[in-house]
Amino acid sequence: MVNDAIPCRKAFTATILEEARKNKNIFVVTSDARGSVTLGEFARVLPGQFVEAGIAEQNAIGISAGLALCGNNVFVCGPACFYTSRSLEQVKVDVAYTHTSVKIIGVSGGISYGALGSTHHSLHDIAVMRAFPDMQVYLPADRFQTEKLTRYLAGSTEPAYVRMGRDAVPDVYSDIDQFTFGKANILTQGSDAAIIACGETVFHALEAASELLTDGIHARVIDMHTLKPADSETIISAARETGHIVTVEEHSIYGGLGSLVAEVTSQHYPVKMKILGIPDENVINARPLEMFEYYGLTAGSIAREVRNLVRGDV
Amino acid sequence: MKELLEEAVEVRRRTLEIIFSASRGHTGGSLSSVDILVALYFKVMQVDPLRPDDPARDRFILSKGHSVESYYAVLSRRGFIADTVLDTYGKFDSLLSGHPTRKVPGVELNSGALGHGLSVGAGMALASKRQNPGFRTFVLMGDGEHGEGSVMEAAAFAGHYKLDNLVAIIDRNKLQISGPTEEVMAIEDLGKKYEACGWEVTGTDGHNMTGLVEVLSCTPVREGKPTVVIADTVKGKGISFMENKAEWHHKVPDREQMEEAMKELDKIKKDIGDGK
Repeated sequence: MVNDAIPCRKAFTATILEEARKNKNIFVVTSDARGSVTLGEFARVLPGQFVEAGIAEQNAIGISAGLALCGNNVFVCGPACFYTSRSLEQVKVDVAYTHTSVKIIGVSGGISYGALGSTHHSLHDIAVMRAFPDMQVYLPADRFQTEKLTRYLAGSTEPAYVRMGRDAVPDVYSDIDQFTFGKANILTQGSDAAIIACGETVFHALEAASELLTDGIHARVIDMHTLKPADSETIISAARETGHIVTVEEHSIYGGLGSLVAEVTSQHYPVKMKILGIPDENVINARPLEMFEYYGLTAGSIAREVRNLVRGDV
Repeated sequence: MKELLEEAVEVRRRTLEIIFSASRGHTGGSLSSVDILVALYFKVMQVDPLRPDDPARDRFILSKGHSVESYYAVLSRRGFIADTVLDTYGKFDSLLSGHPTRKVPGVELNSGALGHGLSVGAGMALASKRQNPGFRTFVLMGDGEHGEGSVMEAAAFAGHYKLDNLVAIIDRNKLQISGPTEEVMAIEDLGKKYEACGWEVTGTDGHNMTGLVEVLSCTPVREGKPTVVIADTVKGKGISFMENKAEWHHKVPDREQMEEAMKELDKIKKDIGDGK
């Protein structure tokens, strides 16, 4: 279904406002990013639960940890590129290591900012965040899953990182069954190959699976919305039952979803794999979708890689 | 006051004992913080070792987390951790890490990376303001720590939000690991930096117990402003041959030096007893 109106970040802000109205211990902290996160309404409606930290991400994370250590559940929101780089030590120490109830909401993640360049991209975030003990990592695929995830996190006391994009993305889900903690979603059944995706690449993986049907290839599409703790069971089943795995991520080919799946399969059920993502380079200047096309993260390229992997066996 | 002075001697003794036994530690900075810690934990702060999670307790953050040995010694003397636990410091799988962690009762933040504590303390102070538990937050920082830019982010925030329930204490011993702070990377004028961020700036001799208790008890000094107390201290304070020497930042005394140090502490304690 086409959705031009509601990006995940707006689904997040609408949901967290609802949750915060019910729970005075929910705080939202931002670093001069109320516009880009779409927090204007939250700031107006619940000023007592809203904290503006100015352009100071390190401090914003520390403030969030301090609020959390006083019994609050804190959502610190801003561009993913800054919270996962500038303030990384605060995330490591004040959030993950101290184990505070801070949720880092990284908006406009991945290559959402298009031609703004590598300063504004976050293609390393899954890699660094999942390497911190206790840190949960989520990449919701659409607005519905973002809403469900936000409600879940509003009731959780664990440290977590959530990455979402900037623009509205096509709906993958309707309003049921998009998110169960610790369980990846199997979106299409298939035993010829598995396509494992997360975040905005889930939609493209589904399109690829449709295209593959015309070749008689039945691909199992898996939405790995939770990168940590990862649903190893679903990965191992996919390996055992399909024998071929293609992973698709808006992230460096190092350390992200592909690495995670390879870590699991190589130790439990080795299968042929192809890791699709952003190569080890500073990306070209282009719009996000053009970049997806260029780096082979859209349906046609994904389908081609699946075909190659499956036919390589013949 | 005599009890506090004697307490400070005992804290110095236990601090050196665990550093000696572990063969590691931040000797100089631990000793320069002792009197500040004793004033806070034995006089100024509302804390109860039997209720370490009391929402109304005053908060303390050791932002200069490397000075952990005297902090552990104070927490132990104050009843948060058993004295026998102190003896495990430096041993395999001890509860006590080389920098503070919240696994230890009484510790509010895992620290050790510099430039974090003031931000977290400001977050706590803001929670206290917004949600009214009414506690105060004290953050002890090193002077060398002010090389970290994040400290000034936190200072600006605390001034902006008028966090008059927040007290920063700077252990101004004028030395960091490589030498004098003003030679390694000048940090002065510290007071003016905080003043520019909207803070009330005050100072005291960081080893004068009466002065420390007075200045720390009277915070906030001014309504609507966070307070910074610049405590003039001596690195290695209390042991003559360790004082004002950068090499004692994390040097460990040998047996002979330990015996000498204990004699000096005995002498200080006797002088306190004699009312000198």
